[in-house]
Amino acid sequence: MRCGEGASGAASPDKATDMAIDQATVRKIASLARIAITDDEAAAMEGELNGILGWVEQLGEVDVTGVEPMTAVIPNTLRLRDDVVDADPLTGGNRRDDILANAPEPQHGFFGVPKVIE
Amino acid sequence: MTDLTNLTVAEIRDGHRAGDFSAVEVAEAFNANVAGAKALNAFIVETPDRAIEAAKVADADRAAGTLKPLSGVPIGMKDLFATNGVQTTAASHMLEGFVPRYESTVSQKLWDAGCGMLGKLNLDQFAMGSSNETSYFGNVISPWKRNDGGNAALAPGGSSGGSSSAIAARLCPAATGTDTGGSIRQPAAFTGISGIKPTYGRCSRWGIVAFASSLDQAGPMARDVRDCAIMLENMAGFDPKDATSLDLPVPNWEAALSSDLKGKKVGIPKEYRLEGIDPEIDAMWDAGIAMLKDAGAEVVEISLPHTKYALPTYYIIAPAEASSNLARYDGVRYGLRDLPQGAGLQDMYAATRADGFGPEVKRRIMIGTYVLSAGFYDAYYTQAQKVRALISRDFTAAFETCDVILAPTAPSAAFGLGEKTADPLSMYLNDVFAVPASLAGLPAMSVPAALNREGLPLGLQIIGKAFDEQGVLNAGLAIEERAGFTARAEKWW
Repeated sequence: MRCGEGASGAASPDKATDMAIDQATVRKIASLARIAITDDEAAAMEGELNGILGWVEQLGEVDVTGVEPMTAVIPNTLRLRDDVVDADPLTGGNRRDDILANAPEPQHGFFGVPKVIE
Repeated sequence: MTDLTNLTVAEIRDGHRAGDFSAVEVAEAFNANVAGAKALNAFIVETPDRAIEAAKVADADRAAGTLKPLSGVPIGMKDLFATNGVQTTAASHMLEGFVPRYESTVSQKLWDAGCGMLGKLNLDQFAMGSSNETSYFGNVISPWKRNDGGNAALAPGGSSGGSSSAIAARLCPAATGTDTGGSIRQPAAFTGISGIKPTYGRCSRWGIVAFASSLDQAGPMARDVRDCAIMLENMAGFDPKDATSLDLPVPNWEAALSSDLKGKKVGIPKEYRLEGIDPEIDAMWDAGIAMLKDAGAEVVEISLPHTKYALPTYYIIAPAEASSNLARYDGVRYGLRDLPQGAGLQDMYAATRADGFGPEVKRRIMIGTYVLSAGFYDAYYTQAQKVRALISRDFTAAFETCDVILAPTAPSAAFGLGEKTADPLSMYLNDVFAVPASLAGLPAMSVPAALNREGLPLGLQIIGKAFDEQGVLNAGLAIEERAGFTARAEKWW
């Protein structure tokens, strides 16, 4: 199936080559994303990510001169909440036990983590 | 006696109010259907006691004359909504065993309106998928089968596949869904039910497990348009806890339902006529055009020139936001922790996330991380945000000449489980008609319109102006009245 012209077509070759990712890049991305991956997974992801990124490359052909990046899709104003401590009982303070209830390793009323300083 | 599980939300509400049956009888009937439908795998957690408990309150409220808007109506809750005291997983291993100590705003509103909970519905993991095949808790199976004599298990759509399957199989009269890029509309179309994604900001996102925050929007799924209107009225509303919540009154959508479209203009986007698409999809679309004309509407051709860029834009923006949102799963505060022997903090993060996320979730986090990384941010992410602005402008311009837009919901009927899992791109393309309205934050709904030659449901989509859920619901009602869609899946489960 084709979504109009080129939706699933190939990316422009220059850019695709510029941005093509290899397994070293896959490992770098995985490291940035804090996801451990095996060599087999890196090999499989190399093909998948290149396929997807090659496909989204086509956005480069759209003329966006003078267009501001859209951040809020429906016009809205950012509100300030009332300057009151614990204005909302659900999201206010004094909820330590609730907050720790699902922690994998709560310790003495805190989140437990492995040793970070040798 | 009437099978209570064949009743719509409106019929249950009104019948209970009139004393035709008790809420406990209704809850028991649905609990029995849920318990008997394990083969569909629609629920991750069943909560029959909660349903009965709410039903007892509803019956007592009726006796006391203090009925609420949805007293006596049991519903299913997509397992993306945090429910106080009931496991909430987003269908992930990462959140397996996570029991929130708070309630999402939308689910709280429904309980306050008198609904009871039948259980937590299965979905694609973190709502990422179009077939419900990425759940850690197994695939949801559609109750529908092809009429070819085969027995192929079909996808109920996704990500709200537990919701769609459960409603189509009469396990609940209505359910919550969430829609980031079609996750209410496409599963509704695949299973012959209705579903509406309201304007971005209508329903609070507070307490919904986040996927892509500029796109995520909750909405109802049910068997007909009236039920969607009823449910949405009880889900929508301003919430100070969500910074993007719309501070607008909630209209009485049900009371204002009208299928008389005289004076309305319906836009038909020429870019949605895809080359090589199944002719049955186009035929259904043409039939829908005729139905809206019959309802009094004038039909005009419109152009949405950037349509072909919507999917690639979505597959930059949604993964980018997901990679940021899902950074919170670190094995420290909640959810899974995987601490290999002797590992430090960084190794714990990496091991936890490798173990807790499924392949599609990892894929999207990786894409998002890449497009947000130094050197690529402007070429991918900023460019996508600019194209998103152009896609939104296309709709604004089109709505100068029409009131609602009619299009197919999906480019195909339900496909078989496993048919599209080998190629992520082919799966993504199934949301080609759904994603543009998501990127523009517009209200959009799917209503069942026809059966294809395989005996499977096809859905029509109505897209409306921002805040005009009423226009969408009314056009949906006009189609519903004329399509006369009464087909249902034959029980095999």
